[in-house]
Amino acid sequence: MAKILLEMKNITKTFPGVKALDNVNFKVEEGEIHALVGENGAGKSTLMNVLSGIYPYGSYDGDIIYDGNVCKFSNIKDSEKLGIVIIHQELALVPEMTIGENMYLGNERGHKFAIDWNTTYAEADKYLKMVGLSESSKTQVKDIGTGKQQLVEIAKALAKQAKLLILDEPTSSLNEEDSRALLDLMLGFKKQGMTMIIISHKLNEVAYVADTITVVRDGATIETIDNHGAEPVSEERIIRGMVGREMTNRFPKREGVTIGSTMLEVSHWTVHHPLYPERKVVDDVSMYVRKGEVVGIYGLMGAGRTELAMSIFGQTYGTNISGELKIDGKPVKIKKGADDAIKHKIAYVTEDRKGNGLVLSQSIKVNTSLAHLDAISKHTVIDGDKEYAVAEEYRKKLKTKTPTVEQLVGNLSGGNQQKVLLAKWMFAEPDIMLLDEPTRGIDVGAKYEIYCIINDLAAAGKSVVMISSELPEVLGMSDRIYIMNEGKFVGEMKAEDATQENIMAMILQSGRGA
Amino acid sequence: MNENKMSVGAFFQKYTMVIALVVVVIFFAIATGGNSLMPGSINNLISQNGYVFVLAAGMLLCILTGGNIDLSVGSVVCFAAAVGCVLMANKVNMWIAVLAMLGIGLAIGIFQGFWIAKVHVPAFIATLSGMYAFRGFSNVVLGGFRVDITNEQFLMLFGGGRDCYIPDFIRQWTGTTGKPNLTCLAIGGIAILVYVLMTVRKISVQKKLNIHQSIPGQIITTALISGVIGFIIWQLASLRGFPTVLIWIALVLGIYQYITTKTAIGRHLYAVGGNEKATALSGVKTRNVYWFAYASIGLMAGLAGILTAARAKGIDPVYGEGYEMDAIASCFIGGASAYGGIGKVSGMIIGAVLMGVINQGMNMVGVDSNLQKVVKGLVLLGAVVFDVMSKRQKR
Amino acid sequence: MEKSVVNQSTIRKADPVSLLKKNAMLIILVLVFIFFTVMTRGRMFNPNSFAALINQNAYVYILGCGMLMCMLTGGNIDLSCGAFVCLLGAMGGMMMVYWGMGTALSIVALLALGVAYGCGLGALIAYVRVPPWIATLAGYLAFRGLGTAILGVSSTNSISFNNNPDFLNIFSGTLFRTPEGELNWPCMIVGIVGAALVVLLIFKNRTTRLKKGYEVDQLGMDVAKCVLGAAAILLVMFKLAMSGGIPTTLVWVGIVVLFYSFITSKTTIGRHFYVVGGNIEAARLSGVNTKRIMFIAYLNMAVLTTIAAMTTMTRFTAANADAGKNFEMDAISACVVGGVSASGGAGTVLGMVIGATLIGVINLGMFQVNLDANYQRVVKGFVLLAAVVFDILSNKKKS
Repeated sequence: MAKILLEMKNITKTFPGVKALDNVNFKVEEGEIHALVGENGAGKSTLMNVLSGIYPYGSYDGDIIYDGNVCKFSNIKDSEKLGIVIIHQELALVPEMTIGENMYLGNERGHKFAIDWNTTYAEADKYLKMVGLSESSKTQVKDIGTGKQQLVEIAKALAKQAKLLILDEPTSSLNEEDSRALLDLMLGFKKQGMTMIIISHKLNEVAYVADTITVVRDGATIETIDNHGAEPVSEERIIRGMVGREMTNRFPKREGVTIGSTMLEVSHWTVHHPLYPERKVVDDVSMYVRKGEVVGIYGLMGAGRTELAMSIFGQTYGTNISGELKIDGKPVKIKKGADDAIKHKIAYVTEDRKGNGLVLSQSIKVNTSLAHLDAISKHTVIDGDKEYAVAEEYRKKLKTKTPTVEQLVGNLSGGNQQKVLLAKWMFAEPDIMLLDEPTRGIDVGAKYEIYCIINDLAAAGKSVVMISSELPEVLGMSDRIYIMNEGKFVGEMKAEDATQENIMAMILQSGRGA
Repeated sequence: MNENKMSVGAFFQKYTMVIALVVVVIFFAIATGGNSLMPGSINNLISQNGYVFVLAAGMLLCILTGGNIDLSVGSVVCFAAAVGCVLMANKVNMWIAVLAMLGIGLAIGIFQGFWIAKVHVPAFIATLSGMYAFRGFSNVVLGGFRVDITNEQFLMLFGGGRDCYIPDFIRQWTGTTGKPNLTCLAIGGIAILVYVLMTVRKISVQKKLNIHQSIPGQIITTALISGVIGFIIWQLASLRGFPTVLIWIALVLGIYQYITTKTAIGRHLYAVGGNEKATALSGVKTRNVYWFAYASIGLMAGLAGILTAARAKGIDPVYGEGYEMDAIASCFIGGASAYGGIGKVSGMIIGAVLMGVINQGMNMVGVDSNLQKVVKGLVLLGAVVFDVMSKRQKR
Repeated sequence: MEKSVVNQSTIRKADPVSLLKKNAMLIILVLVFIFFTVMTRGRMFNPNSFAALINQNAYVYILGCGMLMCMLTGGNIDLSCGAFVCLLGAMGGMMMVYWGMGTALSIVALLALGVAYGCGLGALIAYVRVPPWIATLAGYLAFRGLGTAILGVSSTNSISFNNNPDFLNIFSGTLFRTPEGELNWPCMIVGIVGAALVVLLIFKNRTTRLKKGYEVDQLGMDVAKCVLGAAAILLVMFKLAMSGGIPTTLVWVGIVVLFYSFITSKTTIGRHFYVVGGNIEAARLSGVNTKRIMFIAYLNMAVLTTIAAMTTMTRFTAANADAGKNFEMDAISACVVGGVSASGGAGTVLGMVIGATLIGVINLGMFQVNLDANYQRVVKGFVLLAAVVFDILSNKKKS
């Protein structure tokens, strides 16, 4: 019986208004690779943040027992002292500094007052070779690609003498080749006795590399799957664990669905990364949406769906964009900038409502009118009463819970914030609505209300594109579904033909280089 | 190995400011008929710009943290100097006065650092208020009048003019007289020797650890720098000797060079400016980093106060005005990034020297002092625009 | 006749604590004013003090409006306005005195200069993306030098406008002047009209909101606002009336302040400024041309600086080499003390006016009690710091 290196017992963590982790129990054996899988917002990253000390002892309930001892970490350094090192999703590297400097940031070689640079660079080079990088540690981080930056992060962790290495979505920005190399590297480390926890969306990789798989859903551990056997566990088996909730009555029925002519047509759309212009983030995508139709775009993280939507929306993302757009049958060239897209009656509802969707310090009223100020002003003078009336109208229509539309948006709950965001774009009276993760981070009740709103929009004849990483949501709401993976559209199916299994199969197939 | 081939274009970009400096020096040498390279000019260049080197070193750390600056240094210089001068005028022991000046600077730095680091008051506002307040304090202390210093020892030690140089011990010992000042030459010679030895050691360690850096390149750089140092030392020796103020400048520059290249806190300063989030995630207490930067520049302001008072043989209520701009300009011209994370002591030195050469050159050629300010402003703007645009092209 | 009831208006509850917090600066202003009146044995309350307040601080109100717009976009400032005032003074002096250009033509030319600088500065900041404080720092360094160099044409380094009465009268002096001590009726009438307008506006607002069913404050609150507002206007105008009439600068300040008040609260472009400072990415994705807003902010500032320069020139009846010293500091302080957020997205013209007035009262008061000029500077510095800290701390609790 292998020794249990880590046990997280009855961990509960709440944020204002939301229970991120609910009595989670999680065990990791020494020397194994343990995978954490689950949908967005399921709580995997939160759990790891608790483990690594980013959420210090006292901010959560429950115990962390590492190597037999109860741990009370007050910051990252405490956990690192015991050899628990976490590599985050967003690379924690300083672009202008060299690899060597980054690797030893916060962990300097030599004395605090006399960094030994020669030793630093020599040791750094040693670890770089261990992870398979041939670059010199004096290279600046900004001069190497993301794939290699990811390896630098791992080298950084090795330099901290990691015994338990946590990797959060390590291959999310890597291509095929680099992903495979990284996974093999992990298997190599395992042979040397390192214990690893990997969080990943890419189920084929999880099946390839993990010994045990724990499924997390809605802040609780649902089940633990053993993958020690000769045959790796099937992805379908994992999916069922991740997603297998009841599908009854979660989605409102679509009344009076009349689908009209094609409203938006996208042909051979290609978008390049703004910072790395050789990288294609959207690769030759073609799609169409008809009036009154709800088209779902499903894909895992990093598929390029947000980039696709934003690039269509006035090129607000990306460089080197090529392809054709047709609106209502007529070819259009949308000038760079959101305002021209809005003039063409396109709306983009962002997935990051707090980051770039709403102005949290302003009122519901101000946020509602923001994309269509012309409608409530005459010769640039705002009609305060009209603005108020409009905000009220949408408050009632969307059932936003607030005492008054003068309330600051920052004080609303997630669901109500999302409603204000939707109100803003509905007020702009678009014909085409691009909704990016419209129910992310929202409780079940509010989700239902938003689904109703989406149905109403479609019933009113609008063309709705719904980007989502929640499979049941896509299946329950769409008339047609596109499946996107790594920048390409890999499949299209009608709602009645779609099932969770065959959608996932399409993604897995494309992932295998089909 | 292919790391060491640099295209001509990249070479120019990396060494733009050095090239600019060389060009400007040559320009003024021609325009003044060689006067600008005379011993007297070199001596003036150093003693008049002492405060710039000292303040700019401290300012560099602040800018590294993210383009933050300290607008109060000029007023703090005046305030610290005022207190020191008044103390010495009242026959207080010189060393106590010196400690007081340094202490005041440091205390103010810590005070301002508190608001910036802990309360997150934007740096320019916190230091803007300091600029005002401490100018007021210094006027209170001085009562609006100039205070003179007569303490000979103080003036000698901190560089109060042409007579403040290290006496020629070697000549005294050998009983010879006249120029050039042999002690000065000796100091210069030792400095060059030490520098060359350090480079040799560096190269041998690189060979041992198999780190690849262009050896001919390093040799040439060392030779050039040694040559420049040699020239300056010779000119100084021909005049009077090694100016005492240069001791302090060299000390400060040496310490800051060390801090920025060899200490953990130095790394953290660069990291905070480069990517604050990543730095915090690496376990660094970013708050202390900001605090350190502002405490250090406070201390430097105190030192600059000492040097200013020594050079002017007293303190006048209007001293210090514009000092912060000289320091900021030196850093930016020397290649520091307005967004933080980039900047070197060597660059700052070049920036300060460039500003000093331009100032002195314009004086010698007889340019109106007001137009000089215009040139200063344009040079600063040009340097920053150049920096911002060259970064954009890389994207 | 059936009355169609849209909705019953809800009456906002008056919460004394939040009321205090919201109007903290105004209350402080009143308290400080009373304090100095006592300390100066009533001198602060003299008509001359009121006139002095307006004339001495006209430039702060004007520059403050411009600085407000810049700060709204994200805490950005203009360090060059003071030095630019000096340069404009020098240019104005050259134009009117040395080159014999007429007053009207000179004013137009100065405005053109302001626009030119504003466009250049705006382009550098908005399109080349030079950080504002560096871009304006260059002006801070260069303009005063340039201006002083130009003034070198006169042996005294200053150019007098004494022979340009037209110019002086447009931007300084008093309208319909009467001797001190005699009630100046035009001034009083303006005051009465102003007070009446305030009462009218508040009640018109109230009745409209009641009719449409929007929220209203308690009746007592609105009455209080009317009484206080009207009383303040009447008091100020009465004092000015006793001091000889409406200062011309008050007209300019009034126009500028009312104009920007209107822009910030009622126009789409004003709204754009607030959202750019509130969340620039959200603004961009909502169709706001964020670069254009930045450009306009600095162009606007330059134009307002030109107007402020003209009031300065006429106040001292000369162009001087140290004109405009510390103007940027005063404008920033007025904004910050008046509650303009140092990180952008919040702040009002009224707040800035209160801030500027508070600082003006403190300055005048310290002068009248003969406080040493140097202590005055210390006080100014700490007031600025205290205001920012208060702003940051009170905002921390909200988020």
